[in-house]
Amino acid sequence: MYGLGIVRGLGVTLKHFLATYVDDLRWFFERISGGSGGRYYNPEALKARQGTKARGVFTVQYPEEKLPVPEEFRFVPFLIYDTDAAGVQHDRCTSCGICAKVCPPQCIWIVRSNDPASGRPIPEPTEFFIDIDICMNCGLCAEYCPFDAIKMDHDYELASFDRMNHHIFNKERLSKPASYYASIRPRNNAAEEAARAAKEAAKEAAREAKAESA
Amino acid sequence: MTETPVTTAAPSPETLMPGVAVPDTRAGYSGVIVPADRLLDFARALRDQHGYDYLSSVTGVDYFPENNLEVVYHVYSTSGGPGLVFKTQLPRADPVAPSLFSIYPGVEFQEREAWDLLGIRFAGHPDLRRILMWEGFAGHPLRKDWHEAYFEEEGKPFKNRWPEGNVYRIEDKVPFEDNLTYPPDFDPESWTPETDAALYAGLAKVENPGGHRGASPDRSGGDGHAIDTDQLVINLGPQHPSTHGVFRVVLSLDGETIVDLKPVMGYLHRNHEKIGERNTFLMNMPFTDRLDYFCSMGNNFGYALAVEKLMNIKPPERAEYIRVIMAELTRIVNHLATIGFLLNDLGAFFTPIIYAFGERELILDVFEAVSGSRMMCNYFRFGGLARDLPPGVLDTIRELVTDRLPRRIDEIDAYLTNNEIVRTRSIGVGVLTRDRAIALSAAGPVLRASGVAYDVRRAEPYGIYERFDFDVVTRTGGDIYDRYLLRLEEMRQSLRILQQAVRDIPEGPIQTGKAQYQVRVPAGESYGRVENPKGELGFYIISTGKPNPWRYHVRAPSFINLTALGEMCRGTKVADVVATLGSIDIVLGEVDR
Repeated sequence: MYGLGIVRGLGVTLKHFLATYVDDLRWFFERISGGSGGRYYNPEALKARQGTKARGVFTVQYPEEKLPVPEEFRFVPFLIYDTDAAGVQHDRCTSCGICAKVCPPQCIWIVRSNDPASGRPIPEPTEFFIDIDICMNCGLCAEYCPFDAIKMDHDYELASFDRMNHHIFNKERLSKPASYYASIRPRNNAAEEAARAAKEAAKEAAREAKAESA
Repeated sequence: MTETPVTTAAPSPETLMPGVAVPDTRAGYSGVIVPADRLLDFARALRDQHGYDYLSSVTGVDYFPENNLEVVYHVYSTSGGPGLVFKTQLPRADPVAPSLFSIYPGVEFQEREAWDLLGIRFAGHPDLRRILMWEGFAGHPLRKDWHEAYFEEEGKPFKNRWPEGNVYRIEDKVPFEDNLTYPPDFDPESWTPETDAALYAGLAKVENPGGHRGASPDRSGGDGHAIDTDQLVINLGPQHPSTHGVFRVVLSLDGETIVDLKPVMGYLHRNHEKIGERNTFLMNMPFTDRLDYFCSMGNNFGYALAVEKLMNIKPPERAEYIRVIMAELTRIVNHLATIGFLLNDLGAFFTPIIYAFGERELILDVFEAVSGSRMMCNYFRFGGLARDLPPGVLDTIRELVTDRLPRRIDEIDAYLTNNEIVRTRSIGVGVLTRDRAIALSAAGPVLRASGVAYDVRRAEPYGIYERFDFDVVTRTGGDIYDRYLLRLEEMRQSLRILQQAVRDIPEGPIQTGKAQYQVRVPAGESYGRVENPKGELGFYIISTGKPNPWRYHVRAPSFINLTALGEMCRGTKVADVVATLGSIDIVLGEVDR
């Protein structure tokens, strides 16, 4: 019969339409039996709506609802500083320039300087610029940094009213504490901390062995 | 419905026209060099006697210091097996090569591209105009002595980034007004696009306006009075939602019947290949994401293969499995989107595509968890991958490919396949016959829907594809409906591969050797090709041993598939052009590069 295919197809549409209400009802009953409060605006609901078992409404009420980003999510890079016991901030960056050399659109500028007293180069960069209009969020700088000093951020809300020099981020704007890094990428941070501790221990052992043999 | 291609033994280069074809003996190079005046004979012999019926890629290389331009051809046989590369060398001052249009009509756009970007003239080409650059452009940008507007240095990394650190906005340094130089006889104020006139003049004419021709031979409307019609030229696009981006089609009409059609492209052109030649090898990886932005994992795969061939390395076992998993998930993402957009083009406004995009989102979630980005994945590295799968992701993929996606693909099948409107609009429309599909170098679903069982994953397996059990899907109709059905079935075959891959994936390292930011690539040439969802994606790379590639060429499947658009649309109606374009499945990021 002509039109049967269309009617069957509309059945699929109807199924999708009803699924949103079935889901609404399920969440409604969960709420009155002491659940976390409906189908919107809570992380538990978001997980179910966006998971592999999801059906019904799939969209997110941004900005009231925000999807959690996975740990590997990458957006414009930032620089990490460590804070020592006395509260002094130390850049992890040694201005070796690998990030600037690997950057595909060449959006990283690093300024180095020498210590005026001794004339020797200071490892920490004097200035560090990233033009975030040019940055393509590829993550190669973070991937190849040997000091875990530059990492990709999770903060994707960077809209601003100015589109000129405001988008060239300087070192002050780029720097974030190591604790922030640990909070957004706990798994990566733990692995890197462990690797660094192992390296330190090996160095220590080598020094002791050297001291003993001397 | 399926057949396995037979692999034939390739003739060695020496047996092909001895005395004419000289083996290319440069270190790292392969194939033969043919003098330009014997090129047509040689190509005809290749096609008719040696079975190389499919011309995959035509491009040029500028060997600037040697004062030498080279045209490089890659030919394959649709019955499978390795291909052959042949070249012809031309003087740089006046490079003229015979056009292979009469033998392989699929070279039409590729030769135009080589003319546009490298200035190689192809004698005998029916319509040799610029294709990607704009009409008033001076010079040929892929020549090595051509410098772009914001030129800094020949190769990245640029010295002023580190250690100098002179930060500036390039717009402040090179203001737009001083950035343009016009040819001496060119006045931008009074300029009118001559090439548009040439374009319209190149369209086939209505031979007998008002006469009996086209799809409706009887125009009398039954009352015996013939309707007089005139030839009408209309532009579809560049700003038109059904052209999938900024893409223009010029149609010549007799009434509502299409007499001829020419696509106009390049509105999104950024000279990807020139950027690629400034970049180091690794820097190109994130740029390949931006070619066909629906299939960034597939693009990464092709580029990684081409460079790995030159470096002569192989990724470890686990990385190979993850690569296949990602490439096949990409295929499902792409085909879902294509089917959705095709239905949009047919007039089913946004409901099918929203259902398709819902499933696509779940796969993009996987990509985001693995690579850090939903679309611009930048996940493959030479000899491996950027990182291992995070915990839990494999379980998500397993759940998707064994449970959810098979059901959802069946649902789309039930939703659309028997829909009478879809069938009426697409069966018998936009037909491309088997012979013409091969001749026009169509690739991927367009080729297979015309009855050619050619799939690079089978014909010349790369990665670990020879381990998986899957069928090369073919259809014989060659129309829009068959291309739709073929994509549906290909998704099911991808799920079969995925189910085997997630079952067999071993533990282990994901990178051969140490991950390096500066890879050493030995001198030579290589052509890496993969079966991307849109067709055969090839990367032709020449290394001179330096950190930057000397030549980086992309054989873009959706660009070359457009060669067949005119063939498919002649004799149909204007509304069918939109549907046919949707069934070819183009992405302007890749067409325009």
